[in-house]
Amino acid sequence: MISMSIVKRKALPSWVMLVVPLAAVFVTLLITSIPILIAGGNVFKAYSSLFYGALGSKFNLMETFVKASPLVLTGLAVAFAFRARFWNIGAEGQLFAGAIAATWVGVYFTWLPAFLVLPVMILMGFLAGGLWATIPAFLKTKLKVDDVVTTLLLNYVMLHIMGALLFGPLQMPGSAWPRSASIMDAAFYPVLIARSRFHLGIIISFAAILVIWFINSKTVFGYQSRGVGINLEAAKFGGINTGMVILKTAIISGGLAGLAGVGEIAAIHHHLMMDISPGYGYTGIVIAMLGNLHPVGVALAAFFFSIISVGAQTMSRVAGIPIYITGIIEGVSLMTMLIFLLLTEYKIRWTKS
Amino acid sequence: MEGRILEKQAVIEMRAVTKRFVDVIANDKVDLKLYPKEVVGLLGENGAGKTTLMNVLFGYYNLDGGKLLINGEEVTFSSPKDAINHGIAMIHQHFTLVQSQSVLENVMIGMEGSFFLDKKKATEKLLKIEQEFGLNLDPKAIVWTLSIGEQQKLEILKALYRGAKILIMDEPTAVLAPTETIELFETLHTLVDSGHSIIFISHHLQEVMEICDRVVVLRTGKRVAERKVSDTTIPELASLMVGRELLERLEKGEAKVGIPVLEAKNLKGRNSRGIIAVDNLSFILREGEILGVAGVSGNGQTELSEILFGQVKPEEGEILVSGKSVPGGSPSAIIKTGMARIPEDRIATGLFMDLSVKENMILESHVNEPISKNGLINMQEIRSFSQNCIDNFSVKTDGMDVPVKTLSGGNLQKVILARELSGNPKVVVACQPTRGLDVGAMEFVHQAMLNQKTAGSGVLLISDDLDEIFLLSDRIIVMYEGKIMGEMSSKEADRDKIGLWMSGVAS
Repeated sequence: MISMSIVKRKALPSWVMLVVPLAAVFVTLLITSIPILIAGGNVFKAYSSLFYGALGSKFNLMETFVKASPLVLTGLAVAFAFRARFWNIGAEGQLFAGAIAATWVGVYFTWLPAFLVLPVMILMGFLAGGLWATIPAFLKTKLKVDDVVTTLLLNYVMLHIMGALLFGPLQMPGSAWPRSASIMDAAFYPVLIARSRFHLGIIISFAAILVIWFINSKTVFGYQSRGVGINLEAAKFGGINTGMVILKTAIISGGLAGLAGVGEIAAIHHHLMMDISPGYGYTGIVIAMLGNLHPVGVALAAFFFSIISVGAQTMSRVAGIPIYITGIIEGVSLMTMLIFLLLTEYKIRWTKS
Repeated sequence: MEGRILEKQAVIEMRAVTKRFVDVIANDKVDLKLYPKEVVGLLGENGAGKTTLMNVLFGYYNLDGGKLLINGEEVTFSSPKDAINHGIAMIHQHFTLVQSQSVLENVMIGMEGSFFLDKKKATEKLLKIEQEFGLNLDPKAIVWTLSIGEQQKLEILKALYRGAKILIMDEPTAVLAPTETIELFETLHTLVDSGHSIIFISHHLQEVMEICDRVVVLRTGKRVAERKVSDTTIPELASLMVGRELLERLEKGEAKVGIPVLEAKNLKGRNSRGIIAVDNLSFILREGEILGVAGVSGNGQTELSEILFGQVKPEEGEILVSGKSVPGGSPSAIIKTGMARIPEDRIATGLFMDLSVKENMILESHVNEPISKNGLINMQEIRSFSQNCIDNFSVKTDGMDVPVKTLSGGNLQKVILARELSGNPKVVVACQPTRGLDVGAMEFVHQAMLNQKTAGSGVLLISDDLDEIFLLSDRIIVMYEGKIMGEMSSKEADRDKIGLWMSGVAS
C-alpha cells in the first residue's frame, strides 16, 4: 500500500517565490481547459483570444487597467488588514461608504472651488470607508466580538443605508429609480490617455501600492501591525498599544476600500446606484490571498483577475465560450495558488509499506 | 540481575533505527531495548533525537532504516493507532486533554465503542483502574479545574484505560512541582510492579538516577552510551550527554550590594480565574544581588511576573524602579524604566516566531532612537544592533534575516537575553529562565544572570527549580499561595526549611 504524508521542506531560494505565481497561473489554465473542452471550445483559440482581448491592443490594455483599479484597492484593503489579523471581510460595505461620501461631495459641494472638489471627494471617501471599519475594530478590541462576523454583516447594513439614501435624500429629483443625481464635471476623475478610459483613479491605485509597501516595510507602524498579527501577546508584552494598532489598521484598510468606491463614482458611473459594485469587496479577499498579502502580489493578482474579466468577453465572442468561465478561472486560480504556497513550505512524500 | 534480564524477551526492541529529515539525520542507527517491568531513561540534550526516536516508536514517523520489534516480532507502524493497538501509550509534555470535559469523558474519547455511551460501565472500569494504581481522580471533575499534576494523572489513566503496557513519558516532570514529581514517581513504581514498562525521557539527571533502572544516552542522533543506573554517576551521565566534562562551572564574581533598584509594595493580583494569586506581597531588590523567588509552581509566581512586567495591573500595591513609582499594567511604562524582562513562556510571550531574528531583537526598542526616528525604521541601525546581539550572546543562527522559529530552544532564549540585557539594565526580572533548556544553554543563562549581578544590576530570579535558586541566589524568598513565607540568605540556606515553607508550613 502506498501512503502519503506531508512533511516540512527546507527553505526554498527566493527566486522560487517569483516562479510560483506563474506556475500557478499555468496550472490554472491547464485545469480550466477542461470546462472549455466540455463547452465545445478550442482551448488554444480560447486562451489566445482571452489574452488578446485583454492585452492585444492599446484600448484593450487600458480597459484592463481600468478594471484592475478597484480590485487593486480592495485587494490592498483586505491584505493590509489580514496582515494584522484584522479579518476584514467588509471591504464591500466600506466601498459603499466611500461611494456614498463621494456622491455627496460630487453632487452637493458645488460651492467648493473646482480644484478642491477632487481632493475633498477623495479625502471624504477615504474617511467614510475608514470610519465604517472602526466599528468592527472597536467591537474586536473592546468587546472581543469576532471581526469576521461583524465586518461581513456590516456590509448588509451599509447596503441598506445606501438603499435608504437612494430612495431618500440622495435620490435624483424626479427619478423613480434608486439612483442619485449625476456628479458635477469637476468631480470626474480626469482621463489621462486620449481615446481610452485610463483615468486618475488608476494612478491613485498604483500609488496606494507604493504607500502600503512603504508602510509595511519602512515604518514603525508597519512593524507593530505585523507584530500584532503574528503574536498579540508578545506585541502587548513589547509595549505596543495593540488596540490602537488594530484601530489604525482598520482605518487604512477601510479607507482603501472607500477609495475604490470613490473611483467607481468619479471615473465610471458618475452617479450612485445600488449595483455600484459587482462584488469588488469580496473579490478583494480572493486577490489578497492570491497575492500572499503582499502589496506587489496584490497588484499582480488584481491585474490577473482583470485580464480574465476583460478578456473573457472577447473569448466568448471569438471562441463561443460562455462568459461564466471567468468565475471558474478565478476560483481555480485561488485554490491552485494556495496549494502552491503550501507546497513552498511542505512537500508530499509517498511511501510504500 | 544481569542474567535474569538477559533471559527475558524484550517488550520493545529498536534495531539500528534511522530517521532522516530534510538535511539532518535525527536518529542514526539507534538501538534500544526495553524489558518488562523496567524503566529506561532516554537521556540527551535538546535536539539529541529523543523525541524523534519516540515518535518513530509511537508511529508518528516512518522508519528510514532499521527494525522495530514488539515482543520479538517485527512490526511496522503507520500511525499512532497501530502503536496503541500494540499496547504502547505516549504521554506528551503538553497534554492532549479536552479542557472543558470531565475526567471520564476524556478517558472515553475514541473508546466509546458503539453509538450509545455506557457511562456507568466506563465509570466502573475507570474507578477500578484508579484504585489499582492509586490514581484518584473524580470521574466527574472537569479537566480545567485540575492541577497540572492531576492532569498528568489523567493522561496516565487514559493510557491504562486503553490497556497500555508500555508508557513513553516525554519529560513528564518538566511541568511538575517537586511534590507532584514525588507522587508521579510513586505511581511509576506501582505501574512497574504490576508489569508495565516505561521509557522515561528527560534531561534532568537527578530524576533519571532516581527512577530509572537503565539509561540510554543519545547525542546528535546517535546512541553514545548505555549504563545501568547502579553503575554510573551524575557527572558521568552529564559528560556523556554533552560530550564534554560539564557540571556547571560558573564564574561567580563579587559584587557590592547597593541601593534598592526594585521594590514591590503590598502587591495584590488575581489569576485568570479570578482567584487571588498575589497576596499583599512586598520585597526589595538591591543592586549587585540575585534575589531568588522559590516556590512550588502555581503559587503566584507567574502572576507576580506578569504584574512586574506590566502585563497585568495589580489590584493594589505599588512597584518602584530605582525609587520611582511605575504605573501598573503598562508594559511600555515598565520598558521605559529599562527593566530587562525575561518572560516565563518565551514562545507565547517573548517572541514573534514568524518574524526574523532581527525583528525580534527590536521588540522593545523599536520606538526609540536610533532604531527608529519620526515613525520610520532605520534598517541599518537594526542590522548593526542585531549583529552585536548575535555576536555578544553567541546566538547560533543562519543569519539575522531567518525567521526566529528556525532556532533551537536555547538559542531562542539567547535572543531574548541579548535583547533584554544589551541595554545595561539596572533591574533584571527573569521568570523560569531555564525551563526546557538543555544543560549547555542552562549554563549560559546562569552565567548571564551572574554577569548582570557583577555588573551591578539587581536580578530577581523566579524559578521553581530549587537547584537553580540555590546555585545563583544571594537571598531567597519563598512564595506560597501568593504570599511570602519567609526569607533567608544563601549563606544560612537550609533546604529543609525552604522545603517546609514551600509546602506552606511556617517555622
